[in-house]
Amino acid sequence: MSQLSSRHLLGIKNLSATDIQLILDTAENFKEVINRPIKKVPSLRDITIANVFFENSTRTRLSFELAEKRLSADVINFSSSNSSVKKGETLVDTVNNILSMKVDMVVMRHSSPGAPHFLARNVKANIVNAGDGTHEHPTQALLDAFSIREKLGTLEGKRVAIIGDILHSRVALSNIFCLQKMGAEVMVCGPITLLPKHIESLGVKVELDIKKALQWCDVANVLRIQLERQQIKYFPSLREYSLYYGINKKLLNQLDKEIVIMHPGPINRGVELSSDVADSEHSIILEQVQNGVAVRMAVLYLLAAVKN
Amino acid sequence: MQKRLVLDQEQIGIIIQRFCHQLIENHHDFENTVLLGLQPRGVVLLDHLAPVLERISGKKIPVGYLDATFHRDDFRRRDFPLKANETKIDFLVEGKSVILVDDVLYKGRSVRAAMDAMIAFGRPQKVELMVLVDRKLTRDYPIMPDYYGIRVNTLESQYVVVEWESQGQEKDAVWITEKVKN
Repeated sequence: MSQLSSRHLLGIKNLSATDIQLILDTAENFKEVINRPIKKVPSLRDITIANVFFENSTRTRLSFELAEKRLSADVINFSSSNSSVKKGETLVDTVNNILSMKVDMVVMRHSSPGAPHFLARNVKANIVNAGDGTHEHPTQALLDAFSIREKLGTLEGKRVAIIGDILHSRVALSNIFCLQKMGAEVMVCGPITLLPKHIESLGVKVELDIKKALQWCDVANVLRIQLERQQIKYFPSLREYSLYYGINKKLLNQLDKEIVIMHPGPINRGVELSSDVADSEHSIILEQVQNGVAVRMAVLYLLAAVKN
Repeated sequence: MQKRLVLDQEQIGIIIQRFCHQLIENHHDFENTVLLGLQPRGVVLLDHLAPVLERISGKKIPVGYLDATFHRDDFRRRDFPLKANETKIDFLVEGKSVILVDDVLYKGRSVRAAMDAMIAFGRPQKVELMVLVDRKLTRDYPIMPDYYGIRVNTLESQYVVVEWESQGQEKDAVWITEKVKN
């Protein structure tokens, strides 16, 4: 029988292809579960999970919370805005205080890259990274991989273009690792100011022209322009960005094939995606959201099963 | 390793025939009856039984596969987690007579988990249990089969192995073997 090689999910980088395969296969079973008349299974009964969010999140937190509840875990929520963090408590102290109340797993989002890795070294619980700064967002990458596999049957040999703000995106980095481990080809596309230097050292193709990128790919994973992380101007205006990198129906109609459109949300409608694309039959954006719950259930279930 | 044959291909064939006749006797026209095979191995027995039952009764009988992995009570107590299998039930069991089909009844824990998992698909009117092999005196739960192929006396130190030709084995057969000691 199979289990994960690690008791934490910190990033995709340290997962093996077998681990990813196991998570995706298990998620398939959970997707069936959440489409039943009764969507709850008792697997994580008696396990307590703390959702610790030091950074804002709606979708990811809801998705995790729902996944935990569907698995019958007990859930506590914590967000930094109304906590002792404001009074100067350190991260380890905060989390250890939560753990002393007999908590088994911690799902954490933090604005500092590496925060979950630090926590994993210093506390006893299983840690799930729900996004650390601009570093990794493993569950998003897993649900993206799951959604592509579901739509196209396999990831092997598929071409995925990640388009937009690669520089500030943890989704991009986790996606690159995950897709490559599963045998897909990856391209990044965006204005040169939003592409990290040396990104090609990760083995991805780099393209500045969105038309060429769309022509090349089977799947376009369009990222949000993260204005909140941009202290300086990376491009002249949103209007100009939308003109050069926004995807609309006209652009898709020029292609001689059909491609799948993905977006991790939240969408800036009219900036990176026009509404006629976001709501079209090419888009699997809402499937991604549903798959997110199944994938997170799989991750929590498999981590809980790992023997120390 | 000691290995003792309990049922051979011919005997298994006869038992499946008998199961079909017993089911017809108790469920008449199968108007309100469904069969659920328990993953992973009960499904194989069901796959053998269903076509025979349809041939004898002349009726199309709804069958489904039920996986109880997420409902088991030994999660985190085993060395390795069990891998989940497909649940395929295209109907609600609300108000139906359900026959759960498994190959070997041992501790009764799988059946308990299966009944728990089944409830997610509705409240059945009646539930029956059909097993090919009933291991006597090994039960942890008060669960008894309504239909069994053979009842055997076994020790905790023994396995009951069911082999199917359709699963790549030489012939359909039921064996009792000794567990290998570490």
